[in-house]
Amino acid sequence: MQTIFERPKTLINQPFRYCPGCNHGLAQRLIAEVIDELDIADYTIGVGPVGCSVYIYECLDIDFVMGAHGRAPAIATGIKRAYPDRMVFSYQGDGDIAAIGTAEIVHAAVRGECISAFFINNATFGMTGGQMAPTSILGQRTTTSPRGRNSKEAGFPFKLGEMLAVNEGSAYIARVALTKPQYIKKAKQAIKRAFLTQQAGLGFSLVEILSPCPTNWGMVPLEAVQWLEKNIIPVYPLGEIKVKEEIPNVR
Amino acid sequence: MKKTLMKGNDAVAEAAIQAGCELYFGYPITPQTEISEYFSLRMPEEGRVFFQAESEIASIYMLYGASSAGKRVMTSSSGPGISLKQEGISYLVSAELPAVIVNMSRGGPGLGNVQPSQSDYFQAVKGGGHGDYKVIVLAPSTVQELVDLTYLAFYLADKYRNPVIILGDGMLGQMMEPVVFQKPDFPPLPPKDWAITGKKGRDRQYILCFDLDPRGLEEFNQRLFEKYRKIEQEEIRYEVFGDDEPEMLLVGYGTVARILKSVVREAKNIGIRLALIRPITLYPFPSDALQNLARKAGRVLDVEMNMGQMVEDVKLAVNGAVPVHFYGRSGGMIPTVEDTLKMIRDILGK
Repeated sequence: MQTIFERPKTLINQPFRYCPGCNHGLAQRLIAEVIDELDIADYTIGVGPVGCSVYIYECLDIDFVMGAHGRAPAIATGIKRAYPDRMVFSYQGDGDIAAIGTAEIVHAAVRGECISAFFINNATFGMTGGQMAPTSILGQRTTTSPRGRNSKEAGFPFKLGEMLAVNEGSAYIARVALTKPQYIKKAKQAIKRAFLTQQAGLGFSLVEILSPCPTNWGMVPLEAVQWLEKNIIPVYPLGEIKVKEEIPNVR
Repeated sequence: MKKTLMKGNDAVAEAAIQAGCELYFGYPITPQTEISEYFSLRMPEEGRVFFQAESEIASIYMLYGASSAGKRVMTSSSGPGISLKQEGISYLVSAELPAVIVNMSRGGPGLGNVQPSQSDYFQAVKGGGHGDYKVIVLAPSTVQELVDLTYLAFYLADKYRNPVIILGDGMLGQMMEPVVFQKPDFPPLPPKDWAITGKKGRDRQYILCFDLDPRGLEEFNQRLFEKYRKIEQEEIRYEVFGDDEPEMLLVGYGTVARILKSVVREAKNIGIRLALIRPITLYPFPSDALQNLARKAGRVLDVEMNMGQMVEDVKLAVNGAVPVHFYGRSGGMIPTVEDTLKMIRDILGK
């Protein structure tokens, strides 16, 4: 009998801690698949954030450094400058990367730091219980925008990928979702292209992964998927936002 | 040995390079910017890394990353910048990462000014960031001692896997003095087998800065403080200067101690017997030595370039045994020999 599907070697065999319908587990599995396919587990170092994303260090069988809220790109920079031949990535939620850690991610991109950032955008602060994030969409009800996010008081949804893309140091920026098989396929390609961009020393790479948060959105998982497709994707369009010419093609 | 005339800020950078500092991360702030400038010139010559970060916060976390990879690392700043680094210092302690942090302190609070001050004593010695922790604090008084304590700082940071702060001030950073670079032979250190370098050839490992289980976190804190008890037993350093049978004990560190040495000499000329204790380690604090000398002298005068910070530790050490007086100048003002002597004569009634 031929095995056609199995757990990636880099994904540790244990249950995820995440809520039903959350896409963190899926995103982490895809990262593990890519690490296996590129055969880089021995040379890859992950940098953790603060928030639900923090549990990634329990799930992937690679070295990890955990740090403070929003500072993962700076920590990743320190590791990369210490060991330029290692693959270094950060894994951050939107509270982490698009609120308190905005300066660190912007300057990592500006410098063209050869690190990859994987950014789980669920339009809310997950671990603290569903507060408004800079990425929350207009009208979105959260525990700190109980009447819905209002642009007069709380501004507009933060399009981090587009903002980073204008910098010369950004080599590869993409936004993906995981709610359909074809999206998942594209997400995996984007994760692979990010790692290959880093491996080729072309500059900074980031993949924004839209993810439902049924618990904090107050929905059952299927509703959350539908709500993401109907309301989040139109604000945060999917696709490759920046691709430097030399970026290798992958399937 | 060859003597070189050098500015304190340049000397601390050169000593760090000789001590094996592999990566330096900094951000410009007066009165210590020459440290960054010196590194930016010298580190590439050595094939090592100089890095100017976008902020003080980024620089402390770049340091955190490079230290977690097992490298010898340093950052430097002055008061306002060190305030921004405090979060990272707390995390460095929590992750048990070695690091050397130089503070050429200036007048505060707020933006304050760029004149020398000792008003960051509390920040350095009492924690500064959140949580239960200590940082080893070394207080050089001359450019030569700044060099010697820089070698020591890297050794102690690695030995105890804890950040070490070198607490100077704008005066020490800016003054030029002849120095000799002579790296001492320290005992061997354990290998950094905890370093995060990729798992090739071993099981994966990780560096954490949290423990969500309260029992686990308390256990960690107890282990940290066992380390601090050991530091308190083994690493206290101080200098005693002046009369063997003093009428008064002076206490001062860093720049102030230089002035107090002149006070001791001047006082001798007019028949007043003084001794000085100069803490070289501010944490661990030389409490026992201070108490013994204070009891012998019968009274204490603590002098600082602030409104009274170390004096709290002096009082704790003396524990009410003898009176403790305080004289401080702040905001970048420096106590003079004359004013200090006048205060001493008033206290002694002479």
